[in-house]
Amino acid sequence: MGKHHSFFMVLLMVIFCVSTTIAQQATVVKFDALAKILNTNSSQIQVVNFWATWCAPCVKEIPLLEKLNANKDFNVKITLVCLDYADKVDKVDAFIHRKNIQSQVLLLDEIDYNSWIDKVDKTWSGAIPATLILNPKTGKRMFVEKELKEGELENLIASLQ
Amino acid sequence: MEKIKLLGLVGLILLLVSSKSMKYEIGDAVGDFKLKNVDGKMVALSDYKSEKGVIVIFDCNTCPYSKAYNDRIIALDKKYSEQGFPVIAINANDAQISPGDSYDEMVSRAKKKNYTFPYLIDESQTVARAFGASNTPHVFVLQRIENTFKVAYIGTIDDNSRDASAAKKKYVEDAVEALLNGKPVSTPNTKAIGCTIKWKNT
Repeated sequence: MGKHHSFFMVLLMVIFCVSTTIAQQATVVKFDALAKILNTNSSQIQVVNFWATWCAPCVKEIPLLEKLNANKDFNVKITLVCLDYADKVDKVDAFIHRKNIQSQVLLLDEIDYNSWIDKVDKTWSGAIPATLILNPKTGKRMFVEKELKEGELENLIASLQ
Repeated sequence: MEKIKLLGLVGLILLLVSSKSMKYEIGDAVGDFKLKNVDGKMVALSDYKSEKGVIVIFDCNTCPYSKAYNDRIIALDKKYSEQGFPVIAINANDAQISPGDSYDEMVSRAKKKNYTFPYLIDESQTVARAFGASNTPHVFVLQRIENTFKVAYIGTIDDNSRDASAAKKKYVEDAVEALLNGKPVSTPNTKAIGCTIKWKNT
């Protein structure tokens, strides 16, 4: 009985550890790292979401991206590009930890937005949230400069197949 | 005949759709507007009869970028109002969505920071819509030519929201300086990096 008990305790702990996989940290990058994603020839559909910890609609839609990231039926690569100031990386890391974010987070250290923003999408006004979805295989891309609604991301991905 | 009717209808729809997203571009003449200032008085663009132009800035209390640029906006007015290009700040954020941008909050912000320029509330959001302002802060430098104001610059204040002292390209200052010297504005369009204007839920 005691043996079984400790076995279940270990099992529970393992399940607990797996389910709350150590939250990631933000990687501070320059634009070239983002350019690599935009120009990748990976077979995976790329979803690049621009957000910031202070942007309420951005924070609201992150669970939708996280849900997609966890869904193995969708072979997509999610990258969350954070536009908080690079010297606020601790704040971003604390946010990632608190929300237990599993998608990759890049903190883009490029303060002169006008030097790179058109390279993401010419129609982008500069507001967030903004999401770029691209299919490297077909070259098809969609750019959405507004808050995503439940299910919208999946529809957009399907339209790029 | 039916085809022609259909074409006409399609044309009308296209016209309606495109007129909805009308916004000012460089060289456009700006329509007059009249909005309530934080001192309770109304301010109109047409009140500016002797100035060389105005620096219209769609701004707010709450956006981190607006906060970061606040002192620079105050400095722009200090520097250029006496040279004929005063600042007019306009807050179009819906106070129901963003309570920190209510009229009362605007009044206290202007008091606290000793605004030397009008801080107008665009409650109906019609002025922001007419300009095609999307973000805060979003700057429109207007040049007065006789009785009309023409758009000479649209975009961001400079190239470093985080650190004013590290800014290399001061777009608004460069535009105003060019206009003061009778020269063309070298960079008339940039993207206004900032927060989305909080539009009313309709």
